[in-house]
This record gives sequence, C-alpha cells and structure tokens, in this order.
Amino acid sequence: MTISPNNVYAVSDDVVAREIEGEIIIVPLVAGIADLEDELFTLNETGKAIWELLDGRRSLQEVIRQLSEEYQAEPEQIQNDVLGLVRELWRRGMIVEVKSS
Amino acid sequence: MRAKRRTESPYVIKVNSARDWLWRERSPLLGSLDLELTERCNNNCIHCNINLPLADDGARQRELSPIAIKEILSEAAALGALSVRFTGGEPLLREDFADLYLHARRRGLKVLLFTNARLITPELADLFTRVPPLEKIEVTVYGLKRESYEAVSRAPGSFEEFRRGVGLLMARNLPFTVKWAILPPNRAETESFKTWAAALPAMDQPPSYSMFFHLRGRRDDWTKNRLIQSLRLKPENGAALLRGEGEAYVKEMGEFCRKFIGPPGDRLFACGAGRRVCVDAYGVLQSCLLLRHPETVYELKTGSLKEALINFFPRLREETKASNPEYLARCARCFLKGLCEQCPAISWAEHGNLDTPVDYFCQVAHAQAENLGLLRAGECAWEIENWEERIARL
Repeated sequence: MTISPNNVYAVSDDVVAREIEGEIIIVPLVAGIADLEDELFTLNETGKAIWELLDGRRSLQEVIRQLSEEYQAEPEQIQNDVLGLVRELWRRGMIVEVKSS
Repeated sequence: MRAKRRTESPYVIKVNSARDWLWRERSPLLGSLDLELTERCNNNCIHCNINLPLADDGARQRELSPIAIKEILSEAAALGALSVRFTGGEPLLREDFADLYLHARRRGLKVLLFTNARLITPELADLFTRVPPLEKIEVTVYGLKRESYEAVSRAPGSFEEFRRGVGLLMARNLPFTVKWAILPPNRAETESFKTWAAALPAMDQPPSYSMFFHLRGRRDDWTKNRLIQSLRLKPENGAALLRGEGEAYVKEMGEFCRKFIGPPGDRLFACGAGRRVCVDAYGVLQSCLLLRHPETVYELKTGSLKEALINFFPRLREETKASNPEYLARCARCFLKGLCEQCPAISWAEHGNLDTPVDYFCQVAHAQAENLGLLRAGECAWEIENWEERIARL
C-alpha cells in the first residue's frame, strides 16, 4: 500500500467517528478493527487536526497545504505527520481511499 | 486519578472506556444509558422483581415503538454516551432487537446486553460476530441441570434453550460473562457453577451472585413479593458466603469501605442515581434501574434526555431529603450507608416511600460488617462514634 499525497481518503463505514467534548472517538463498527472487544480509539492533537480534513474531497497534498497555513511547523514535519497518521488509519481499516493518483 | 492511556502510536491512542479517562476537560452529560426494552420475559423466575408474562399483550402494546427507541438512542449518543445497556425483562423478546442493536452500534454506542441467552439464534450470534457489541454479553444462569434451572425459571424447555444459546456464543468465540442467582433449587450447584464459569474465556474475574433479592419495583404483586422474601438468604448466611470468597473479598471490601461508606445525613441520593439514567419499557426515565416512585421519574415522551439530565435529576438529587424520623434516627446516622443496600429505590419497593429503613438489608449490612471486623455482635452501626477509626483499621 502506497500512501501518495495525491490520494483522497475518507472515514471508513467500518467505524463510527464521534466528536465528544472536543475529543475524536473512533468506535469500531465491524469486527477486526480493535484487538480487544472493548477497545475504542482517540487521536492526539496532531491526529485530530489531520482527521478533520480527511473528508473524502481533499487530497493529502491539500490537507498538508492547509495545515501548513494554519500551523507554524516545518512543511516536512507536517507531511510526515499526515502520511504517518493516514498510514496507520488505513492499516487499521479506519479510512478508505476514495481516489488514488 | 486518570489512568494512563496506551500510546503505542504517536497519533492513534487505544482506550478502554471502562478503565481509561477519555476526557481532557469535562466529561459528557451522559456517560451511558440503561434501556429496558421490555418487562416481559420468557422465563418466570421465582425471584424476579420485574418480569411480566411473555404473552402480556397489554404490556407489549404499551412498549416503546422502534422509532421512539431509536430517537432515544440517537439523543443519548448526541449527549456523549458511549454505551447503552439493553435489559428487561428479556430484551431479545423484541422482534426488532437486531434493528435496535444496529441503530445503537451505528450511532457509535457500545452495547451491553443482559440476557438469559434462550433467544440467541445463529443469525443473532452471526450479527454479534460481524458487528460486535464491544461489551461482553452478560448471561444470567439459574442452574446447571434442567431440574434446578427450570425450578427457578418455571419455563419448561428453558434449560435446553439456554444451553443452546450459550453454545452459539461459545462456538463463535463471542465474549460473554455469566452471573448466578443463589436460590434454593440451585444452591447445591454454586461451587460447580464457579468452576464452570472460571473456565469460560471471557471470565477475567469471579462471577457475580445475587442472593439478597429485591422486591418488585412496581409494587404490583404481593404474592410474588412474599415468594421473593421467602427466597432470601438469612443475613448471617449470606455474609458468611461472601466471607468465604477469601482474602480477595476482604481486600476489595476494605477498599470499598474506605472510599464509599459513611453516614449520609438527610440527603437521600448519595449514589449515582440521575447520572446514569434508565429508560423503562414505556418511555419513562428513571434515575436508576430500580427506582420507579412516580415522583422521581420523568416522562420522556413529553421531554428530552437533555432536559432531564440538566434540570430534573439534579433537582431531585439536591432537593430530596429524608424526613422519616426512623430513617433520621438510624440510616442518616449509620456509617454502613453504602455497604447497606437501603436506598430510595429499595425503600420504595418495600415500603412505598423513599426514606424508610429496610430491616432485611440493615441486617445484611450488619452481618457483613461483623464479618469484616467493623462491628462487634450486637452493636448498632448508627451508634458507633469511632467509625472512621474502624474503617481505617480494616
């Protein structure tokens, strides 16, 4: 699986993503997402900022560009964070690719 | 204290909502919801404090519609609830159970199912496999043999159906735990039950038992109440049985007592009532599973969960004070409050008001306290002045 900045991703139907009291809570809907039966997932601040932009319309390149405008961090760091999170979410089945380069 | 979250990834953090603290600032208005899907049951257990007959059409017709239940589940999710407990009666009696279950799960709610397992079908077990409830299913067991089980359930054929249901869960490796009610027909099987339960993969702690049975919360059937009273263990026997659980029990109770017991004064709601709320089968919101006193419940059909949680229940908790002189002389001053099951719900079921001492549970608490070394024989807990020292010595 190659994560390309030109790809577009959206939340998978296999999870339910909820925002509760400012936290993103990812609740597995189908079997195989979590290791244990009672596990939920949440995101750190960086993950949350990226997650909110994975809307099935923006490419990762656009996500990186938008985050670079909003946060004072090195573009390379932002790109690493975006690709790192997307790789992990994809591996866990929490997002799906809706358009690939 | 906040539990440490597992951060094996820099971005995605696994959490167990029962153990880990999820919230950085404030917690949501509603953590979890109890929902009685029906009061009807396919068993007719001798000790049950809620069940109505399977074929009670009047009850069935009054039950909430699937649309109403879905609206409640959606509102609970919108208020931040992470889980819903489906209970009853027997919740699987509802023909729309799978639809309601999926609605809850699609709203991001974990589902805790309380069941006797008799109506677990291959289709339902497959659904739980495909879309896991994210909470262990809890199965109540009434006996390990047909004779004992059906002497409790009073439902011919129920034992075989229970076995088949449990078998379906086991065959699919679905995590479930078991609970036991200690009753005359099955009392001799309790040790065998423990052994069986310990071998179940999802039983990571000893099973829970009920033995100090509550009267019917609707105060609807005094013949049944008299039967329930006759099935209760003698307080000293119950306390001895608990003490027989060994040092783990003593340690657990020591921690519990240090945290939770002490004289409550005239404030009646010292528990979590009104925070984790319960919707009954007909759309009435209760402050807990047991309390059905008409002045303590909220009509959900003409209101909302949010309004009840923000206004109705906080006011109920704050403003409801004891006035019964007997309660004020005993329970209000008793340091065993918390260990004792006496509460507004139990008082309501036994006496029809919120603030009357319940002698049976008073005796149970005193017997437990004697076994733990908190009291000497013959002492009354509400007369003990150095109770804090005694708890500290535990």
